Amino acid sequence: MVACAEAWRGDGEVLAAPMGTVPTIAARLAKLTFAPELLLTDGEALLIGDAPAVGARSAVTEGWLPYRRHLTMVMGGRRHVMMGASQIDRFGNQNISCVGDWRQPTRQLLGARGAPANTLNNPVSYWIPRHSPRVFVERVDMICGVGYDSAAAAGPSATRFHELRRVVSDLGVFDFGTPERAMRVVSLHPGVTADEVRAATGFPLGGLPDGPLPDRTREPTTGELHLIRAVLDPAGLREREVPAP
Amino acid sequence: MNDAHGGHGAPDGRGGYAGPDGRGGLDEPDRHGGHGGPDGHARDAGRGGGAGKVMTVDAIVGRLESGMTLGIGGWGSRRKPMALVRALLRSDVTDLTVLSCGGPDVGLLAAAGRVRKLVAPFVTLDSIPLEPHFRAARERGALELVELDEAMFLQGLTAGAQRLPFLPVRAGLGSDVLRVNPALRTVTSPYADGEELVAVPALPMDAAVVHLDRADALGNGQYLGPDPYFDDLFCEAADTAYVTCERIVATAELTRDAAPQTLLVSRYAVTGVAETPGGAHFTSCAPDHGRDEAFQREYATAARTPDTWRAFTSRFLSGTDEEDYRTAVRSWHEEQR
Repeated sequence: MVACAEAWRGDGEVLAAPMGTVPTIAARLAKLTFAPELLLTDGEALLIGDAPAVGARSAVTEGWLPYRRHLTMVMGGRRHVMMGASQIDRFGNQNISCVGDWRQPTRQLLGARGAPANTLNNPVSYWIPRHSPRVFVERVDMICGVGYDSAAAAGPSATRFHELRRVVSDLGVFDFGTPERAMRVVSLHPGVTADEVRAATGFPLGGLPDGPLPDRTREPTTGELHLIRAVLDPAGLREREVPAP
Repeated sequence: MNDAHGGHGAPDGRGGYAGPDGRGGLDEPDRHGGHGGPDGHARDAGRGGGAGKVMTVDAIVGRLESGMTLGIGGWGSRRKPMALVRALLRSDVTDLTVLSCGGPDVGLLAAAGRVRKLVAPFVTLDSIPLEPHFRAARERGALELVELDEAMFLQGLTAGAQRLPFLPVRAGLGSDVLRVNPALRTVTSPYADGEELVAVPALPMDAAVVHLDRADALGNGQYLGPDPYFDDLFCEAADTAYVTCERIVATAELTRDAAPQTLLVSRYAVTGVAETPGGAHFTSCAPDHGRDEAFQREYATAARTPDTWRAFTSRFLSGTDEEDYRTAVRSWHEEQR
């Protein structure tokens, strides 16, 4: 949770756009703690001036952000989105459209949605609740969110505002900080071993030395724990996305 | 351009259709100015006469033809013109190219085999992420898909409404949206930046249908919820546009308790209006009614096997009109208590 919240640290007055329960709680946590200038939405058409519990109604409206204005905001770049991924590869190409051959997929998913525009126009992070080789794949079946290699191949209009910030999974935090902009470990969550992550990832990960373990993701503070448990998610909706250990 | 985006044009490749009055198709720009009904009745109504453009949903469907390109407003499982979709299912109109921010409108039409081609950035039921019939149709290979990014879809509708051949967008580059739509082209900025962007072709339509909270008999449509989605763009980009609404009221009533910016769709862009209370069911129509989540679950569950889907259609979608549907849903809800 705090690893997701940390994605928005230092972003300033931009929209934190979370997809999924944990990112929604995390964005609100960031706003209530170290990033009060963030903008939040109710997940529909309003910018909210408070940080209510996930699933609860907001009591303060500070702006109007219907679908088309949201898309305009995407193109204007004042936004940092945390999307999900049915598949993601080592350069950050992401798929939420379908599994298998696009012409007749074995599993049709949502469709590309806004991922192609998101990734070319504003900072993007990813949240993967279950880290597995089925999600962290060598090659995605349909590139929706654009990874570093694809953006570079597409030219300067694609790379101009392209920036993948971090990937947070139930095992650790990752970025694309290697010289070839490939995925590497930033930190592993407490109790997670390098072997576990290696086995759960379908491509070679940077930052996983055989020797000393990489950094540990920081634990939530007492204050953050209180906010998560008592204020932002008293019903425990987060457990549906990531079961408590 | 029509062929370039693979989204439009009648299946005969003429890029349009001859309307009931024998007028031209998508390539006749003057049509955007008038939007009179095929029989001229709608245009007369615009001068203030009587029942104006009021029709039934079945009469609207009577104006639709097989092979048309049809835009459907709303978003996912929100404010979808479902009564109109149900009327379409009662007709024999088929072979449609459908443009939609897809929800159960796409699901129902695809399940009934009425969609030849879908132009969409996604299809979802919101609270149920994946639309079961859309999934099934795609996995059977039974649905031709033009899969666009959401910003591309917005630019395409805007281009259609503004009679532009295309609008540029910074989206698609580097993604497989370009791979699966090989006809999409890029355009180079003529200015010093020289940027190469995707040229989203206009998304014109033979007809568009949207569901709003209120409308008057002239075709002025009002949304009272938080989000207009793309409904006005659908109406403006289409050759003919039909508004279904929860309630038809006198024009003066529209802004009695609501701000003027809730008047989303103007009568110049509307061919016909139908009052369909609960016409978005089971999708939401804020603030008039929320989504019928229990019934949506029933719909999604029924879609799992051919037998359960047959039972669902025979119970809910085999009546002679919308009232039959509403009665069937009411009795289903009573059973659930």
